Amino acid sequence: MRTPFGSWIRAVAAGAVVGLASHAGAGGARIVEITARRFEFTPSEVVLKRGETATLRLRSLDVVHGFFQKALGIDLEIEPGRVAEVTLTPQVPGRYLTICDHFCGSGHGNMKLSIVVE
Amino acid sequence: MGRPIDRRTFLRIAGTSLGAGALYRVAPAWASGGPAGDTARELKRRNGEAPTPFTFVQLSDAHVGFSGPPNPTGTRAFERAVEVLNRLPERPDLVVFTGDLTHESEAPGEHAARMKRFAEIAGRIAVPMKKMLPGEHDAGLDGGALFRSFFGETSYSFDHRGVHFVALDNVSRAKPEVGPAQLAWLKKDLARFTPTAPIVVLTHRPLFDLKPEWEWFTRDGDEVMAALAAFENVTVLYGHIHREDMHQTAHARHYAARSLIWAFPDPAAAEKKPIAFDKDRPFRNLGLRLVHAAPGATPAASVGCEEVELTMREHSGTEGFAQMLRPSSLGPAVEKGERP
Repeated sequence: MRTPFGSWIRAVAAGAVVGLASHAGAGGARIVEITARRFEFTPSEVVLKRGETATLRLRSLDVVHGFFQKALGIDLEIEPGRVAEVTLTPQVPGRYLTICDHFCGSGHGNMKLSIVVE
Repeated sequence: MGRPIDRRTFLRIAGTSLGAGALYRVAPAWASGGPAGDTARELKRRNGEAPTPFTFVQLSDAHVGFSGPPNPTGTRAFERAVEVLNRLPERPDLVVFTGDLTHESEAPGEHAARMKRFAEIAGRIAVPMKKMLPGEHDAGLDGGALFRSFFGETSYSFDHRGVHFVALDNVSRAKPEVGPAQLAWLKKDLARFTPTAPIVVLTHRPLFDLKPEWEWFTRDGDEVMAALAAFENVTVLYGHIHREDMHQTAHARHYAARSLIWAFPDPAAAEKKPIAFDKDRPFRNLGLRLVHAAPGATPAASVGCEEVELTMREHSGTEGFAQMLRPSSLGPAVEKGERP
């Protein structure tokens, strides 16, 4: 799907569990590993280059979380024990606040991650 | 054929915040004769019942059970709001509570105790009818089960004096959304009404993209508004954002109520951080809005708002309060003196 910002988005869920890191994938795109747990994402900030294709790969360590950033076309559901990922090529520099939009408890409103596009 | 309905002459809503919620007056001028009376008669012919004068109050976001730095006074503002409401010179017909009645707790039995505490305080409100709907803090973790055990269904509709009220649940699915089943129910519910029917939608989260990155939106809010698009007189009352706001869409006006626990900043702010507690003005930014509806000359001139913000001389008990009248901050649509 083509987003308003020209990013290519692909969201999948798979049964694998991956380690934490930022590394190159098989196709050369950078893969950024992100963990979600009440009430934080780790890391809390991801820096991407404008025009860079990257895959954000997320897993939950406790309950179901969301991962939502409307302008970048990101909309994931992160279920415990499964991996959710999105591939994007952001075109517009800026700081994009990305939130958990699946209510997960009293600190839910503070569960966020910044995607910085340089 | 009767006189055609001119939407410009239909619904005028004027609001006044009272430091504790929102009071609405619906169509008080229609009891009189002249063009307004003609409009009322035509609405009655078309819709079966003409709106007749009444008032109602919106309360929101009490978060019973919460106590922390943004507001260490707990339920004090909520209890004060009940006192204010019970002393209104004109008793409202109805009180609607647009969600986050409680602050969730995962300790065994604690959330139920908070629901019970909310029900106790709300039970002091001396009005004939009270309607509750949940916020995500009430229903986001259990799909609304606890809420339903206290207050019944999380979405429903009812008619009151010619106005159709629809309560929409955009919190129980954990995500900010209404969902396909409720959308189908909404369309069916609205099917019996003509386009001129006055409709008031009650919900917790905004039905438009106020600020998605603060979760101030509803994922399928556009579909809800599309279902309402055929109707000329739609008013949406919501909570969640803990501040007053008015937003005009093509055929509807959306009003946010203040909370009864803490205030959030303007969405233009860089960070969603509760406004700091002020011990000298503990109820600052916590509010109630009076809104009055009546035939207006134009839609833009149809809203008149004023606020009464609670103040407190002493930070103890419920003594020492005074009310301070000040202009509303609801923006350019505000026209003082338009209120009937």
